[in-house]
Amino acid sequence: MLTKKIKTRLLFLTSIALVSLLFLVFIYFNLKQNILYFKTPSEIFSNNEVENSNMIRVGGMVKKNSIQQNNKEIQFILTDYKKELIVVYNGAVPNLFSEERGAVVEGKLNDKKYLIADRILAKHDENYMPPQMKKILKENVK
Amino acid sequence: MLSSAGNILLTGSILFTFLIIYLSFQNLREKNFKIGKDLVYLSVFQITFIIASFILLTFGFVFSDFSLLAVYQNSHTSKPIFYKIAGVWGNHEGSLLLWINIMVIFSYLFLVFNNKSNKSYSLYTLLVQNILILGFLIFLISSSNPFFKILPVPLEGLGLNPILQDPALVIHPPLLYLGFVGSSIYFSAAMGAILSNIEGKNFASSIKTWVLISWSFQSLGIIFGSIWAYYELGWGGFWFWDPVENASLIPWFCMTALAHSVLVLEKRNYLYNWVLILSLITFISSVTGTFLVRSGILNSVHTFANDPSRGLYILIFLSLMIGFSFVIFIKRRISDKFYVEPLSKETFILSNNWFMMFYLATVFIGTVYPIFTQVLYDTKISVGPPFYNAVIAPVIIPFLIFMALGPKINWIKQKYDGLKSFILILILSCFINFLIFFFFKSYNFISNLIIISSLFLIIHSAKDFILKAKTKLHFNFSSFLSHIGFGFLIFFIILNHNFSKEFDLNIKVGETKKMGNMEIKFNNLKIEERENYNAVIGYFNIFDSEKKYQKRLNPEIRVYENPQTLTFESSIITNLKQDLYLTMSNLDGSEFYNIKFQIKPFMLWIWFAALLTASGGLVRIFIKK
Repeated sequence: MLTKKIKTRLLFLTSIALVSLLFLVFIYFNLKQNILYFKTPSEIFSNNEVENSNMIRVGGMVKKNSIQQNNKEIQFILTDYKKELIVVYNGAVPNLFSEERGAVVEGKLNDKKYLIADRILAKHDENYMPPQMKKILKENVK
Repeated sequence: MLSSAGNILLTGSILFTFLIIYLSFQNLREKNFKIGKDLVYLSVFQITFIIASFILLTFGFVFSDFSLLAVYQNSHTSKPIFYKIAGVWGNHEGSLLLWINIMVIFSYLFLVFNNKSNKSYSLYTLLVQNILILGFLIFLISSSNPFFKILPVPLEGLGLNPILQDPALVIHPPLLYLGFVGSSIYFSAAMGAILSNIEGKNFASSIKTWVLISWSFQSLGIIFGSIWAYYELGWGGFWFWDPVENASLIPWFCMTALAHSVLVLEKRNYLYNWVLILSLITFISSVTGTFLVRSGILNSVHTFANDPSRGLYILIFLSLMIGFSFVIFIKRRISDKFYVEPLSKETFILSNNWFMMFYLATVFIGTVYPIFTQVLYDTKISVGPPFYNAVIAPVIIPFLIFMALGPKINWIKQKYDGLKSFILILILSCFINFLIFFFFKSYNFISNLIIISSLFLIIHSAKDFILKAKTKLHFNFSSFLSHIGFGFLIFFIILNHNFSKEFDLNIKVGETKKMGNMEIKFNNLKIEERENYNAVIGYFNIFDSEKKYQKRLNPEIRVYENPQTLTFESSIITNLKQDLYLTMSNLDGSEFYNIKFQIKPFMLWIWFAALLTASGGLVRIFIKK
């Protein structure tokens, strides 16, 4: 026999559970849609399903003597010492961006070798290297 | 010399902390009603020693004593004195010492100001707080001693990261720490309350001020961090949803929820368990944030002073803290009665808590999700601004409406009679939104709704304020300030978000470029020698042919010698209407300079509104009813 008090309490608890669930589902679906994948140039090359529409982040080293500039854009090559990726970018670069240093670029792939970047990320710590980069360096440079 | 003196002071602090813990145990067993005098004296010794050690470290930095490793790694003789002092907390060791200082100071102040509370409650609080202090002191001494000596003594230090040499960043860490670490005292108080079984009302009134203090400073800390990011990092934004920023936001959500629900507990004696849980998780989330950020587990663009080896200790400490607090919480079940009328102030305050928990869940999931995918699927991902915008923006709308209505509702029960004014204000907000829409052209549907709801909050709060001022009844001025400030904050952020413009180009000296109706001219370049760096200054003219104004902007590239780094200093012209924001960079001495020019409307108002929001808490602390 359910008293009125217990009934309202049950109602209250189930509604809380339902609302929480609803919000979590809402968060989850948005999360699925909005994640940025972090790739290396080799991963992009070996991956066959390059989705052009999605933004990705690519990490690598800026290749020596690869930075070119004209009056519109900056072009450089990002490498993980196996495969290379040409990056085109517009605008001011972060202060730690230079040749033979690690960089992470965010943008859209045109094809497997060409990326149009919206943003270049660099951490402002003088000995910065993204954790992914350290791994890449360990694997590839011996 | 300095090193041994510092070590003696730290050892002394540990000793006193030990003694306090021991004596509190003793004192708990005795059957008198007052806390022993010896405990108060010991606390005075403890606070003196710990502050002395901090001052000593500051001396080390000011007089460049490079026999200390921390000084050697983070300071340089050529640095201006202002930044020498900032260097004290610009590194891991010093900032941990600051952390402990704040814990001790709060512990002492709580003991002194709460002398009227129940004896066993005060003692248990002191006990738990000192166990926490001891944990951090041991961590400090064993793995990150700021007084670590190096031999032979180097002649010159390595210097502080130039990007940290900035006024906003000098005060940002202490402010944020006051918030973060300040929450430790109501963690301890919550434990004390559970252990001593005191009544909810008394617990609420004893922690209320402390919650407000930490909330206000946390808010200020976040604001100064954003201001720094805005003009120092050169990409023109002030919030990036980066893990480090999120780590400061999560405790802020807890504090905001706590600052509201503690009122219900004080007035109506409801929600005791919930307030206890919030008090516990505020500090836990602060330490978790510190752990995630310092250990380098979360890949952030702006972490300083991180080192994975230190992560393990914090992790163990954190697990113990969470484990113990929740075992104690569950074992000592505290009875809680609960009945709330649907239309009462309690409901609205609860709704605030719901929103806060929703935001907290969102930010938390977004922040830790990358760790899970990395471990489970070995895919590296990051969750960026689009996720947060998509989830948080729609929920802001009802939140702002509730925030407008809440303060006016009475405790216990009320008949709602404000339907007429509700509709009137809503229509007025829609009308203003329409005007903005009409004059400044389009933005999306959600933005419309957010602007309407933020206007609703602003107008509603203003109306309440004016009506109350007439009748001269009691008026909660601090909540008015925070609420209207928050309304303005959201309003200006949305306008800024929708009407910002950005131009990216490469340009040579002497060239002029046209983009739309803006004309950018690169006049010339000069090199200047400054105190501890050389500046390459670019002279630019910006000409707007439509609005007929011409402005000069001089961004800089700064070349620091110690350590060898470049920074790009943006040039900003601020006025009431908008900011003009220009950064320039150069790659490997190329003749082309890379320019980012932005027009950011209402930046000044965003800062102002944020400060207004934070000031509400400070006003409440200083002006008692």
